[in-house]
Amino acid sequence: MDAAGSLTLGIIDGLIALAIIALAFGATAMRDLFAGVVLFIAMGLFMALAWVRLDAPDLALAEAGIGAGLAGALLLAAVRRLAGPAHPEGIGDDEQP
Amino acid sequence: MSNPEGTAPVLLRGLAALLAAALGAAIAWALVTLPPSSGLRDAVAAQIPASGVAHPVTAVLLNFRGYDTLLEVAVLLLALIATWSLRLARPPAGRNSPGLVLQDLVRLLVPLLIVLAGYLLWLGAHAPGGAFQAGALLAGAGVLLTLVEGRPLGPLAPAVLRGLAALGVAVFLAVALLVMGGGRLLEYPRGQAGLLILLIEAASTVSIGLALAYLFRGDEPAPPEHRR
Repeated sequence: MDAAGSLTLGIIDGLIALAIIALAFGATAMRDLFAGVVLFIAMGLFMALAWVRLDAPDLALAEAGIGAGLAGALLLAAVRRLAGPAHPEGIGDDEQP
Repeated sequence: MSNPEGTAPVLLRGLAALLAAALGAAIAWALVTLPPSSGLRDAVAAQIPASGVAHPVTAVLLNFRGYDTLLEVAVLLLALIATWSLRLARPPAGRNSPGLVLQDLVRLLVPLLIVLAGYLLWLGAHAPGGAFQAGALLAGAGVLLTLVEGRPLGPLAPAVLRGLAALGVAVFLAVALLVMGGGRLLEYPRGQAGLLILLIEAASTVSIGLALAYLFRGDEPAPPEHRR
């Protein structure tokens, strides 16, 4: 690969690494749980890109599907349940089991 | 942990940040000073022809280290059983009715996701793919169905659902025990490894997809008259 190509790839790799760190910090530092989960999902997608760049497409598929997609959906569902009956949109069940 | 916002004291947070930074630095140092090595790549490449599949990751996961994968599938089943034991969990969809767009989108996407899952499962023998990725696609379909219907596989009886959830571990264990003629667990007979791996992966895909989808839904499948 020529020098310009590898320089571009190096810049892309650096940006992916920076994005992962920034998103991870944001996901843990967010006051709003919903926003934190959204940042976590975004971090998972960047992680998948990082695995692709590390020549591990198997892990990339699993990370995008399970790490970002399903774990994100699980966390969103958990946030919605945490909001409880008082949630303004009434998404959670407000009846007792 | 005393102030009204529910956050830890500044000193404690500073200490935690310091420890985390030190751990991160230690890991980075360990990584940088690793001696150059190709790991087990050559050993795996040498044994690929005997593994029954052409993709090294699948060969390691389902053949060379099949025991680990068996335990992974079992852990997922245990997580599902534990979740189903927590009777307080309620479906996240609640009573909000899905819009027409979501309903039509799901109607289009779910068959596509099922076909893609089968494709990834088949592809796993010689390219990136396999049971977990295919199962994740099935679970995605299940989550979409949960959002629209309230449950991933509504019409199926609870006993059938439980059977499907246990199918992966059951088939995996059955194959592992049946090929034990040589004395060791999961030592596939020569020439049949590919077929057996595909069988295990197919069963695991169904169970993984179902387990992940029902983890999203959160409670045990019960006949409608027993609910509420």
